[in-house]
Amino acid sequence: MFAYLVKRAFQAIAVMFVISVVSFAIQDNLGDPLRELVGQSVSEEVREQLREELGLNDSFFTQYLRFAWKALHGDLGTSYFFKEPALTVIFKKLPATLELVFGATFIIIGLSVPLGVYTAIKPNGLFARVVMGLSIVGISVPVFLTAIAMIYLFSVELQWLPSFGRGEVVAVFGHWETNFLTVDGWKHILLPSIALASIMLPLFVRLIRAEMMETLQSEYVKYATAKGVRPMRIYFIHALKNTLLPVITVGGVQIGTMVAYTILTETVFQWPGMGFMFLEAVNRVDTPLIVAYLIVVGFIFVVTNTIVDLIYGLVNPTINIARMGA
Amino acid sequence: MSAQTSTTARRSSFWQSNFVYSFRKSPVAIVSMIVFALIALAALFAPWIAPVDPYDQALFDIMDSELPPVWQTYGDPRFLFGTDPQGRDMLSAILYGTRLSLLIGVCAVAVQAFLGISIGLIAGYIGGRLDSLLMRMADIQLSFSTLMVAIIFLAVSQAIFGSDTFNKYAIFMLIVVIGVAEWPQYARTVRACVLAEKKKEYVDSARVLGFGPLRIMVRHILPNALSPIFVISTVQVANAIISEASLSFLGLGMPPSQPSLGLLISSGFDYIFSGSWWITTIPGVVLVVLVLVINLLGDWMRDVLNPRLYKGDK
Repeated sequence: MFAYLVKRAFQAIAVMFVISVVSFAIQDNLGDPLRELVGQSVSEEVREQLREELGLNDSFFTQYLRFAWKALHGDLGTSYFFKEPALTVIFKKLPATLELVFGATFIIIGLSVPLGVYTAIKPNGLFARVVMGLSIVGISVPVFLTAIAMIYLFSVELQWLPSFGRGEVVAVFGHWETNFLTVDGWKHILLPSIALASIMLPLFVRLIRAEMMETLQSEYVKYATAKGVRPMRIYFIHALKNTLLPVITVGGVQIGTMVAYTILTETVFQWPGMGFMFLEAVNRVDTPLIVAYLIVVGFIFVVTNTIVDLIYGLVNPTINIARMGA
Repeated sequence: MSAQTSTTARRSSFWQSNFVYSFRKSPVAIVSMIVFALIALAALFAPWIAPVDPYDQALFDIMDSELPPVWQTYGDPRFLFGTDPQGRDMLSAILYGTRLSLLIGVCAVAVQAFLGISIGLIAGYIGGRLDSLLMRMADIQLSFSTLMVAIIFLAVSQAIFGSDTFNKYAIFMLIVVIGVAEWPQYARTVRACVLAEKKKEYVDSARVLGFGPLRIMVRHILPNALSPIFVISTVQVANAIISEASLSFLGLGMPPSQPSLGLLISSGFDYIFSGSWWITTIPGVVLVVLVLVINLLGDWMRDVLNPRLYKGDK
């Protein structure tokens, strides 16, 4: 177990290293920090002097080491647009994105498990066929179209729900502002969460169904049935437990997809989260903010992926953990 | 079928007849195929079908802007699906947009297939350290989702090169970035097939006959891995089209002067609140129908060919 842990940690650090080099290369090539600092009206000599003072004439390697050292101490530069440390800007936007992801995950788990199990138990029933049909339609509709369709229906035509922004938020634990404590907040987060969930839900329903159908064929399920265990207990206690393993792995792979889809969803709903901020930063060529976003998202992504892998190693007793890293 | 039997190899013609039989038995597959063929033909012959050239801005008349489709009041018979805010004929724009979406989707999958099949064959056939290195790379590549990599890559290159240069090469960038990001899908499946086939006797006999590894990989093993490759390819084309549409929607894909379906949807989104629904809805419906029929065909093919796909690839 320990060897596996070390191996995974090493791999996580390696990926993080690559992300930091890429981010630094972007910072090195994108925009001119001098122009952002002093504008156009400074003579070439002063520029050269500043360049030397700021260390912009050092080699790529020296500059990278300085960048990495600062990054490790939580300094990712100052956003050109917000005039604040980039990390502070991101941490202000982070709660909005996390709450959106939380809302979507809640919908995905809440619906995919019962639907997946049901369609596996009664694969030929009318309802199961409808669910499977809808799931393939769901996979085929891009997330921004779902979002637009919902805005058109619920915001423009019916005028039930708002179409953009976070609405009324309540501050809890200092900076963290939450949507879940006001009615207005709930109204605002509903559509974006459904839109974000819509693309993943069909995938998980299909996955749980496939795994569940396979599990239901196994000997121990037949034995439990013969023993007279109640069907509900077999489905949800005996069988479901064993279908969750692949679901965890696929879930881990989907984290990156989730990040991409938050960018899309936040753009359509003008949700003031990290994804929307990232696209704005790109349009403004706000280099420190772009780089900080890459590092923060990369970090979240590497950490969650490593945790998912470790959980997988822990809950799957059939796997020889020490060898898994090989 | 019998006439073909003599010309093609025995095994493949058997497989084909089975394939054709189940196709004729499946109404979903037939309808999907017809719809797909219609869309593909319309896209292919867009320059001849389209009433006007949607790329020629000189042909737009601002007086024609935001006209609704023909069947609505104020519809203009010149514009079957109405016009966009610039006075561009939506029908022509959709035909050309579909053409671009399909082109990018198919080319990107060709890149994926080439990379993935080569890497999969090498990893599976040679094995050992090279295999575990390549597969570890595939794992890492897969965990970064395509869309995430593509958004970041395109956003950064747009910022570095400026939008003029970016717009000029947008189509190649889209193909390359979607193509490169998804190679592990093929590589894993092909590798799994190679591992299963490698143990069989025909490979041993080919080796005994003195054929080189390249010939064995391409001429002997690869033909036996074709059915999973077909199945993956359909799903991958559908995914690539969605990715391209999403990227163009974000403004990171095709330039406004050459809109693909995603950009048409995005340009209509600003007008949806003022009631001009057709600018977004009609390209949206075309996109969904196109992706849906490809997915349905893929699903049907998966059922018929029933390849043992690499577990967890979906």
